[in-house]
Amino acid sequence: MGLRETLTNPRSRWMDGDGPEADVVVSSRVRLARNLKDFLFPHRLKPTQKEEVLHAVWVAASRPEVASRVGKLELVRLVDLTPVERQILVEKHLVSPDFIKGDLTGRGLLLREDEVVSVMINEEDHLRIQCLLPGLELEAAWKLADQVDDALELTLDYAYHQNYGYLTACPTNVGTGLRVSSMLHLPGLVLVGAIDEMITNLSKLGLAVRGLYGEGTRAAGDLFQISNQITLGRGEEEIVRHLYGIIRKLIAQERESRETLYRQREQLEDRVFRAYGILRYARAITSQEAMRLLSDLRLGVALGIIKGVPLGLVTELMVLIQPALVIKTVGKNLSPGERDVVRARLIRERLENIKGVK
Amino acid sequence: MLCERCHKRPATVHYTEIVNNQKKELHLCEECAREMGVSFGFPPQFPFHSLLSGLFFPAGEEVEAEREVRCPRCGLTEREFAARGLLGCPQCYSALRPAVEQVLRRVHGVARHTGKAPRRQKEVVGKLTEIERLRRELAEAVRREEYERAAELRDRIRELEKNTGGKAENGSKGNSD
Ligand SMILES: [Zn+2]
Ligand SMILES: [Zn+2]
Repeated sequence: MGLRETLTNPRSRWMDGDGPEADVVVSSRVRLARNLKDFLFPHRLKPTQKEEVLHAVWVAASRPEVASRVGKLELVRLVDLTPVERQILVEKHLVSPDFIKGDLTGRGLLLREDEVVSVMINEEDHLRIQCLLPGLELEAAWKLADQVDDALELTLDYAYHQNYGYLTACPTNVGTGLRVSSMLHLPGLVLVGAIDEMITNLSKLGLAVRGLYGEGTRAAGDLFQISNQITLGRGEEEIVRHLYGIIRKLIAQERESRETLYRQREQLEDRVFRAYGILRYARAITSQEAMRLLSDLRLGVALGIIKGVPLGLVTELMVLIQPALVIKTVGKNLSPGERDVVRARLIRERLENIKGVK
Repeated sequence: MLCERCHKRPATVHYTEIVNNQKKELHLCEECAREMGVSFGFPPQFPFHSLLSGLFFPAGEEVEAEREVRCPRCGLTEREFAARGLLGCPQCYSALRPAVEQVLRRVHGVARHTGKAPRRQKEVVGKLTEIERLRRELAEAVRREEYERAAELRDRIRELEKNTGGKAENGSKGNSD
């Protein structure tokens, strides 16, 4: 694919619908925070020193040993991108929203061609190694991140302390520097009204939950993100296994809720096909409405109510309709009203191309 | 409901996040949500300020500037750490240790790493342990007046120290900076 492709194609490997438990789990992410021992943390560095860090990381990452172990990594500096292109990296979940704010000097992204492996340079820490895979793949994502970490460590001297582990700018990340998360699609739990209780229970287990939802609204596609909070005092494998176990239980609960909904089959079918109908033919659509309908469509695809629509396409559409990607696709700045028209067209074009939907 | 940020447009993005048993809700319009970068790809950051409140500076207590604990390498003070939640450099962990350990215990429940270590550093740590062992043997040899053996040990220690960059003086404490 290459970097140009990354910035023009809304598709990314993590959106593929072929991962394990894809009916409920959209994607899995592992992040490792690392710092170089010879530099202050990024927020205390002068611009020239940030450039030095970027250079040091690039020298380490471009060695043939790294390419042979984890694949070739390409470097892009944020200052070389347009604001819209930077926003696309956020919408594709390759960089954090904070990463494209403020002074961009010395900030860079290492990216493997398939976008599964990426490294943010000079975010809150010198390095944020990330692996992003479709479906429930926490273990595989961790193993890959571990390999990238080892490959870079061949020549980089990390800040490490025997008691505190990998040292990070914020002590909430210290120790393993490991943040593991999965994005889950939970329309069943939302529709049967069990989501609030579930979220409260999860937060008691030391996990963080993030969801775009509110009273009576299903604004953002019933997507929820669950991650570990504790990074110190537990081994990496233990952290990964713990989250994995909890997500397995959530999957079971979500499937149970879907079964409950399925008992009123006609209602559910009506909901799913209405969603498909609007998405397939609408002439203007806000991102809120599109997200809600795409959530219904994804549920229908996962339950086999509607056949012929690939799960990966639904996820891709959820990303494609985000504002910056819409702007990038038509190549100019748009008013919100114009965006709604373009958004509807983009969705129509994608759905038109698939045949045999029933 | 109006957007909490611009107070102009209707709030259509309802954002809820629970971290460390604390619920944060935000009701925003689409524009503001985008500007604030409310994004799904990334797990939320810890609400650091709520963790620190009242932790190392009891209300009303003033610390004279010159008495304040300061990191010798980057100059960060405890107060700056408390205000922003970020340390300035790797050495801050040792320099501001009491404050750091309080935070670690509150966030993680413990203050000791049990996970992975950098491979090359592990080698260094291994060598340091070896040096300690040889030093004990050396002391024992000297006590027994086995001078030939002692000389051998001394040479071996010097060699190891050369390879670890003379870090043997720190014992096996590892590298904090
Ligand atoms: Zn607003
Ligand atoms: Zn410092």
